[in-house]
Amino acid sequence: MRASADVVIIGAGVTGAALAYTLAKRGIRDVLVLERRFPCAGATGRCGGGIRQQFTSESNIRLAMGSVRIYEGLSEELDYDIEYVQGGYLMLAETEQELELQRKAVALQNELGLPSRALSPEEVPEIVPLFDTSTIAGATFCPTDGHANPFRVVEGYLRAAKGLGVKLQKFTEVTDLTVRGGRVTEVVTSRGKVAAGVVVNAAGAWSKRIAAMAGVELPNQPVRHEILATEPVQPITDVMVVSLHTGIYFSQTVQGQIVGGIGDPAERPGYNIRSSFRFLRRFLSELVRHIPALGQLAVLRQWAGLYDVTPDAQPILGPTPGLENFIQANGYSGHGFMIAPKVAELLADYIERGEVSEDLRRLSLSRFEGELKGEAFVVG
Amino acid sequence: MDDPIVCRCEEVTLSQVIQAVEEGYDTLEELKRHLRVGMGPCQGRTCLPLVARILAEKTGRPLSEVMGEISVRPPLAPAPVELFLGGEGEG
Repeated sequence: MRASADVVIIGAGVTGAALAYTLAKRGIRDVLVLERRFPCAGATGRCGGGIRQQFTSESNIRLAMGSVRIYEGLSEELDYDIEYVQGGYLMLAETEQELELQRKAVALQNELGLPSRALSPEEVPEIVPLFDTSTIAGATFCPTDGHANPFRVVEGYLRAAKGLGVKLQKFTEVTDLTVRGGRVTEVVTSRGKVAAGVVVNAAGAWSKRIAAMAGVELPNQPVRHEILATEPVQPITDVMVVSLHTGIYFSQTVQGQIVGGIGDPAERPGYNIRSSFRFLRRFLSELVRHIPALGQLAVLRQWAGLYDVTPDAQPILGPTPGLENFIQANGYSGHGFMIAPKVAELLADYIERGEVSEDLRRLSLSRFEGELKGEAFVVG
Repeated sequence: MDDPIVCRCEEVTLSQVIQAVEEGYDTLEELKRHLRVGMGPCQGRTCLPLVARILAEKTGRPLSEVMGEISVRPPLAPAPVELFLGGEGEG
């Protein structure tokens, strides 16, 4: 392993991969990505692949809109097909109260330039055929939301990054961080030590452990989220369907499989990622309630991953107070894949020229010292 | 056919597998994510033993070690959705 790097990124999920590429594109090429297992082994490779802009917090809406602009041209930019489908996100409302909350969010989203809109139940089968309209009070829809293949996004970013000189070291676990004079100066790994100019903590649900190695306490907690894939069937819809009421989400991949999950209020924080029978029943019962015809499919496989959840369900981004070269890029609370491309640009702005944008300031670790205003639209 | 298909569900050929191993995708989990081998309707019943053998040969690692690295994804064989519907219960 090399003895030093200008930038050491811990974690080869979508955040680390996008940042490595974005830095290299700007000429910062002495970048080393350290990965405990292999790219996409963590949350990115286990996620549903959704790219949503319909949020309630201004930062999340702006970050997601910025990311969509990048995702729209990413296959071409990376010369690698990321299986991007811009089919929109349908957010179901099952009660008048939820519908009202979603309409208010649409008003804010429209102010920020997002083309989201309210739909009546009768309009839903036009974009999601076979949908049982009696299950909802209404919905909101944003046609520029979508989904992509997480494996291919990370693969595309890493291939392009390596082509520009970035090094990836897989099966290399970070075991300690050396702090001297208000900086993280060295990363200690299972394969040796690396002197580092900048260290980025993009370790997802393990970020809390990485931060602790430098004496930094993150408020993040790992929470299991389960997901499954059905057998592939003919194309039914390009739309990603989500519900705040039950926390269900699902879409159809380019290969034809229905992939989706559902949040579980009974889930307690921890590193357990085993699959459960309880999830199969909860998810499939909700899926078939909304689209009865899907009851005829077969389940192929189920798995789970870890959300890295913060107290306000928003990420922790940017320099660490007191350790300016230790950069946090974690705490995505289930939304990392959606906003990674834009976050990579903001973090690159800081690494390249010390620029702290408004969103980085707002999402800094130091916000937990004050009063919090959280994200209300957390699904799954 | 000069280039036999190894994974029928996802149409992956022998040369694609060999090339991927040579590019550094040297565990079954990485090959699965990269090529989608084992992710189709058969869930790897046909292709995974073949891919594992190619990987073991190319890397010089024992077959048991290569196979031991694959993670288990229930329900192992396609199971009808309707089996899981209805009823209360915490399962």
